[in-house]
Amino acid sequence: MLECVPEGASGHTTGKINPAKTCQPIGAMYAALGIHGCLPHSHGSQGCCAYHRMHLTRHFRDPVLASSSSFTEGTSVFGGAANLKTSIKNVFQIYNPEIMAVHTTCLSETIGDDIPNILKQAEIPEGKIVIHVNTPSYQGSHITGFSGMVKAMVSYLAQSDGGEKKDQLNVIPGFVNPGDMREIHRIVSELGVKLIMFPDTSDVLDSPLTSKYEMYPEGGATIAEIRDSANSSATIALGAFASNDAADLLQEKFGVTGIPLKLPIGLKATDDFLMAIKDWFGVTVPKSLAVERGQVIDTLIDTHFHYQGKTVAIFGDPDHVIALTEFALTMGMVPKYILTGTPGKQFDVEIQKLLKDARIEGSKVKAEGDLFELHQWIKEEKVDLIIGTTYGKYIARAEDIPLVRVGFPVIDRAVHPLMPVVGYRGCLRLIEQISNALLERRDRDCLDEDYELIL
Amino acid sequence: MVRWHLKMTDIEVTIDEMLTPYPETVKKNRKKHLIIKDEAATCCPQIEANTRTIPGIISQRGCAYAGCKGVVVGPIKDMVTITHGPVGCGYYSWGTRRNKARADDTTPKDKIYSQLCFTTDMQEPDIVFGGEKKLARMIDEIVETFHPRAINICATCPVGLIGDDIGAVAKAAEERYGIQVLAYNCEGYKGVSQSAGHHIANNNVMEKIVGTGNERKPGKHVINILGEYNIGGDGWELERIIKEIGYTVNCVLTGDSSYLDIKNLHLADLNLVQCHRSINYIAEMMETKYGTPWLKVNFIGIESTNNSLRQIARCFDDEELARKTEEVIARETARIGPVLDQYRKILQGRTAFAIVGGSRSHHYQYLLHDLGMEMIIAGYEFAHRDDYEGRQVIPTIKTDADSKNIPELHLVADQKMFQEAHVHLNMSKEKFEELKTKVPFNYYEGIYPNMKSGQVIIDDANHHEVEVLIQTVKPDLFLSGVRDKYIVHKMGVASKQLHAYDYSGPYAGYNGAINFARDVVNALTTPAWKLITPPWEKEPEIRSEFNA
Repeated sequence: MLECVPEGASGHTTGKINPAKTCQPIGAMYAALGIHGCLPHSHGSQGCCAYHRMHLTRHFRDPVLASSSSFTEGTSVFGGAANLKTSIKNVFQIYNPEIMAVHTTCLSETIGDDIPNILKQAEIPEGKIVIHVNTPSYQGSHITGFSGMVKAMVSYLAQSDGGEKKDQLNVIPGFVNPGDMREIHRIVSELGVKLIMFPDTSDVLDSPLTSKYEMYPEGGATIAEIRDSANSSATIALGAFASNDAADLLQEKFGVTGIPLKLPIGLKATDDFLMAIKDWFGVTVPKSLAVERGQVIDTLIDTHFHYQGKTVAIFGDPDHVIALTEFALTMGMVPKYILTGTPGKQFDVEIQKLLKDARIEGSKVKAEGDLFELHQWIKEEKVDLIIGTTYGKYIARAEDIPLVRVGFPVIDRAVHPLMPVVGYRGCLRLIEQISNALLERRDRDCLDEDYELIL
Repeated sequence: MVRWHLKMTDIEVTIDEMLTPYPETVKKNRKKHLIIKDEAATCCPQIEANTRTIPGIISQRGCAYAGCKGVVVGPIKDMVTITHGPVGCGYYSWGTRRNKARADDTTPKDKIYSQLCFTTDMQEPDIVFGGEKKLARMIDEIVETFHPRAINICATCPVGLIGDDIGAVAKAAEERYGIQVLAYNCEGYKGVSQSAGHHIANNNVMEKIVGTGNERKPGKHVINILGEYNIGGDGWELERIIKEIGYTVNCVLTGDSSYLDIKNLHLADLNLVQCHRSINYIAEMMETKYGTPWLKVNFIGIESTNNSLRQIARCFDDEELARKTEEVIARETARIGPVLDQYRKILQGRTAFAIVGGSRSHHYQYLLHDLGMEMIIAGYEFAHRDDYEGRQVIPTIKTDADSKNIPELHLVADQKMFQEAHVHLNMSKEKFEELKTKVPFNYYEGIYPNMKSGQVIIDDANHHEVEVLIQTVKPDLFLSGVRDKYIVHKMGVASKQLHAYDYSGPYAGYNGAINFARDVVNALTTPAWKLITPPWEKEPEIRSEFNA
């Protein structure tokens, strides 16, 4: 496996070999699917839309619908205005969504299509809405595109009713699975706080099979909910990279207090999430959640010898990696290589702080890195475990290291989009996955005489 | 035998209803992409194909880059293929087409790069100031790090728009390193689908690589298999069969292929064409330049594999080959027959739709037929008229604004290497003339002749059409890509991916037929289909029956 990858440092600094990120539009498309009755629209050539739908479908194993402006060479020369106007007309007449969420591509960005201006000229049927975000693929990553689309939801849809702030909470969940969003719902509802969460892909990308196909499934944040987010008393932004921009805009435009937190992956980040809600709304944490937390502590104590002291490489999207690093430290593991493909200095700052607090030295940390580089680090000095997306499987096989799949995309294993990694229940899932991966390895590698019934 | 035929009137009504919600212009356009087969008609009515998708329509189609890098050149295992553009295009085409590759006599493991993704990851300054320098620098680093035999550069949308001259960058790199560096101007906006990219890739491979080698592989009958991408190991199954019969496989283009083998592509006696749509250009250009005859084959299905093998044997005047062909056919057919019989008992009389690619819908009709099934609606994502109607229509296809931007290579016979077809096949001219009356060299008849009255052909089908057709016609099985798969499942209909085979395979040849039959049986009979309605929603009488 990957025999062509050389030992020792290479001179690779230009471009990416085995990227650990993808382009903005797919993030915008995913976010838009979290609005109820929304059809995402890709303003570019149809290949982008085809690729994004393909990749999201492979991760979620559920329908992902989106339309495209289907640029041709002529469109690229004369501009995409006519194609977008035609698209809007056709989409509403044929597919009849409540709302269309347009994102751009490197093609329409490079030719400089002025989307707001085109939308002004387009015939949008009465009662229907079109929103947009610019998602040039040559900046940021899919996380940037996600963040941009969520911000566009606020800028287009949120509306203050002028009254006092309502006793309700906005949560921007970040680029997480529908199972995670469902779990965030559950936790907030256990705390007894009224929640507006957007985007929300639960009941969209984890919808049941009933033989009755609905192009727009039951789930998704409704337009009314997103509108009302301007009247909430606070917004919790989960994950700075994916969620802060929208929360900042809500604060700036409508005075909704923004509370930036980590993704609630791991014990401490989940504690922070609960405490933020408790402090803001003055609610009591119910016994049910206290029991869940206690179960996590119980499990951590009971199983620490499965993973404590093991070295781990963690890669993926920045908000995930930051939270996973924190949890790996809680578990007593040693994060040795920590890498995200998404650019952003804050990544290094956050990770270095976590490592420093845990008094761990000598780890390599990189934003805007690629998996070729991660592989070279691992070749230099091996780790016991890799935590990351499916793309880690080549390194895992080449270097014979177990891989725990977390984040986006996971396209070679099923069920994960329904199983939360957030919250206390998510902690249990991660502990189980990490322990099992290491124990399977121990069982596989040990001598017959060391093969034991009980571990 | 139960055969499912749609009544002419029913299907006409269905299609009419399907078109009703469309705006007038869309309706007018889409009507031309639909044909209901009428066996009484003397020839195939003209279908509109390879024309623009209407903006806003949820099409299955991808782009020229996907056709060039994703389909044709990406699988070449010993070339580093660099995607010049922002990160997405390279990322999405990384490992997603299941083109298997392995080391062989001339390509060791450390010369295989097809499991890696190389992208220049263009940033805003590259878009503003140009990306040529970055591309050149990346080539330098790649040569230094990997020492590949040759490099491909595939362009993405912004590259053409900002005017990066990737051809010049490639030429300069060739001069620096003395290896071939090929530039493909396969920007995503070119043409109307993946098909444009196939053509661009074919042109470059033909013009720059084919003919540069001079090592003919040993063997009496040396053949190429063109348009076989070794998805799920299809190419390996074909090689297994073909080699056993006694042929030397010179190159499978491009599944598990090497740059070294493609250089010698012209040193074969016969070209077999599996996927007509994606590779017919090279087949045709090789015929012009080297005189190599080509034969459309289909190794999907037992009968069609047998027929193809017999056709190939006929091309060579060799009794031993003919004998061995029959021996392999008899043995393989006997070996898998009893297994398929079991599957056929379950599948007999079931119906399918296939809306996929540019050749597969036709290929799989034969395999479904072997299994007692019928494909009642067939369509392509990116085919041309000849894939539906047959190659005789090619001279009548009008060039439009979208297709005229794809360069046509006008090759002539190579003065040194051209040989007439009969010389390639090592027979007299007379014998070859006679053979031509039996073997349809350099021809493809399209999907239309194989369809039955009342069955539907649909070009560039879209989400709305698929939804209506499935809900109205209710097939047992839907064969398409991953984007449609789960939509169809939600409607309560089984679906198999015919691009990625649901990560199974091979589906070609004899072993492939068994794999496909098994997978389809599993898809149709998986117990959960019967458990969709919860017990509390069942009618009381059914419930009591159930309890009894």
